[in-house]
Amino acid sequence: MANGGTGSKVVKWVDSRLPIFSFVDHALREYPTPKNLSYWWNFGSLAGVVLVVMIVTGIVLAMHYTPHTTMAFDSVERIMRDVNYGWLIRYIHMNGASMFFIVVYIHIFRGMYYGSYKNPRELLWWLGVIIYLLMMATAFMGYVLPWGQMSFWGATVITKLFSAIPWVGEAITQWLWGGFSVSNPTLNRFFSLHYLLPFAIVGVVVFHLWALHTTKSNNPLGIDPRGPQDTIPFHPYYTVKDNFGLGVFFIIWAAFVFFAPDFFGEPDNYIPANPLQTPPHIVPEWYFLPFYAILRAIPSKLFGVIGLIGSVGILFFVPWLDTSRIRSTSYRPIYKWFFWLFVVNCLVLGYLGAQAPEGWYLFFGRVCTIYYFGFFLVIMPLLGFIERPKKLPGSITQSVLGPGSHPAEAPPPVAREPVREGAV
Amino acid sequence: MMSTLRTVTAFLIALSIPSLALAEEAGNGHGPVIEAQEWSFAPPFGHYDKAQLQRGYRVYKEICANCHSMRLLSYRNLGEPGGPGFSPEAVETLAAQAQITDGPNDKGEMFQRPGRPSDRFRSPYPNDQAARVANNGALPPDLSVMAKAREGGPDYIYALLTGYEQPPADMEMSKGMQYNTAFPGHQIAMPNPLVDGVIPYTDGTKPTVDNYAKDVSAFLMWAAEPKLEERYKVGARIMIFLLVFAVIMYLSKRAVWARLHRRDHAHEA
Repeated sequence: MANGGTGSKVVKWVDSRLPIFSFVDHALREYPTPKNLSYWWNFGSLAGVVLVVMIVTGIVLAMHYTPHTTMAFDSVERIMRDVNYGWLIRYIHMNGASMFFIVVYIHIFRGMYYGSYKNPRELLWWLGVIIYLLMMATAFMGYVLPWGQMSFWGATVITKLFSAIPWVGEAITQWLWGGFSVSNPTLNRFFSLHYLLPFAIVGVVVFHLWALHTTKSNNPLGIDPRGPQDTIPFHPYYTVKDNFGLGVFFIIWAAFVFFAPDFFGEPDNYIPANPLQTPPHIVPEWYFLPFYAILRAIPSKLFGVIGLIGSVGILFFVPWLDTSRIRSTSYRPIYKWFFWLFVVNCLVLGYLGAQAPEGWYLFFGRVCTIYYFGFFLVIMPLLGFIERPKKLPGSITQSVLGPGSHPAEAPPPVAREPVREGAV
Repeated sequence: MMSTLRTVTAFLIALSIPSLALAEEAGNGHGPVIEAQEWSFAPPFGHYDKAQLQRGYRVYKEICANCHSMRLLSYRNLGEPGGPGFSPEAVETLAAQAQITDGPNDKGEMFQRPGRPSDRFRSPYPNDQAARVANNGALPPDLSVMAKAREGGPDYIYALLTGYEQPPADMEMSKGMQYNTAFPGHQIAMPNPLVDGVIPYTDGTKPTVDNYAKDVSAFLMWAAEPKLEERYKVGARIMIFLLVFAVIMYLSKRAVWARLHRRDHAHEA
């Protein structure tokens, strides 16, 4: 299909010199995808779309924004008031950050539930974690740019965490600031990096997709496709399904943009930054709250920071911490409970992160922190040995059509898989 | 299994206790509970009440503007669509009522001139220090985005303006502070700004503190969100577009996947 199915001579001419049409054809049309993907598999493409929207709106915002402590707040307000449709661009971007994290969190939890990090997809998972880290850095610096009270004090609290590093912490913090406090040089470099990092994310996304198209998509059964009867071409089946998901997602996003644009924001960030006045209650954006709760649950600054870094860094080790060979949690009767408890635990941590760390809030912050790490370090490794998984279906087709079905072609046996029902 | 049960129980307790604790201590960083009011500009189809915004501007100009700046607004905004809707002539007149410091002129001197629609609202004080000296050390905050800068927005502003009361007998007030039910900590430096009848209304609205507070809160909401009406209008159209898009995509998905299901059943047979 060297002409992308168009039969055009021009396409053929180009393709024989630079096979770009063949490439797109392979990657977006032919790409053999398991035929049983559920709607949980929509969130990867949604994240990609949000990334593009964020870059486009961000570039327009940067045309009107001034990264200077005396002008940043007013320049954002000018965008809201005087730039044509500036309010729209800014609210899309502002709520887009929250949408991006919602989508990516669901994407990550889906990957965890269906064991999408397991052999052979470890690097795919790693690249995802790197994207997530870059996203956090980008979002954090973006939140500083409007230079409101929460921008300033959030930046102060987070950058001061580096001062917990023994010996060199103070020096590193001042190097990050470009001064002796969060000030104009800090704002300038954050703007510069906030513009740069999304393109770094695009780069890692390319590798993420490359790895995906090499190992192919996982699926809700967690078993490998056993032949062509188990897969369907990406286009039109998943392009149309992704587009439907996109429509629903855009409706939710637009509802916030047009009817509740400040829903995810803090009122304090509409007060211009004032280094002499600390707000009574400094909270990061909602998507950092679980980690913020972990940071504050640990009663030592240094170990708090280690806990904070560890809570994200531990994701890199998940492919080896999980000792079970069954990918899909649907076939793991005990792990299933711990997994959902982990999801609830993350939500509770998020709630606690928004409260003052005292009394019961602090107590439960500690309980949840222990479960967070216990889930990865104790439950994941041990359950793989203890648990008796349910029987897996023989193949994707069999699972879709019922056990009595006979696939048209006899599928060649694939990979080393645990015992399956109906397998020889 | 026992440990699982215990963990689950612990989490159920974890979920219920913070809410109890929150009810006890109204503190924990959050201010007093603010009662929600009915506003004409509530989403998704609301719009500003022009007459109310004009009255609100009046209250702002006669009372608030004596101490509070509103530096992000220009007089021209008063005549722009989606706002108080003053006529171009009215905007000229309102602007001209303010004396604006301009310059330097070709002698190198600053000079005073009547305001123009393109001027920003005149600030009552030349700088923060001057504002503090004139107000017992307290700085009257800028009101440009006030309706978005406090938890509760216009509800909070209304509650604050109508929340002046005698302090409870057991409360010790700092010097020069007033008791206010809505203000966090209940001690506010701003004296009660509104008195019944202090500003005559010409459109038949009763000149009461309640109405003043409502009107100026609505005005401040417009000042903070001048594009709100446009946002709702564009939003409604976009929502219709997206709904149609999603439905078409859903039907397309059904149609495309039906082919696949037919093929599968053919295999089965």
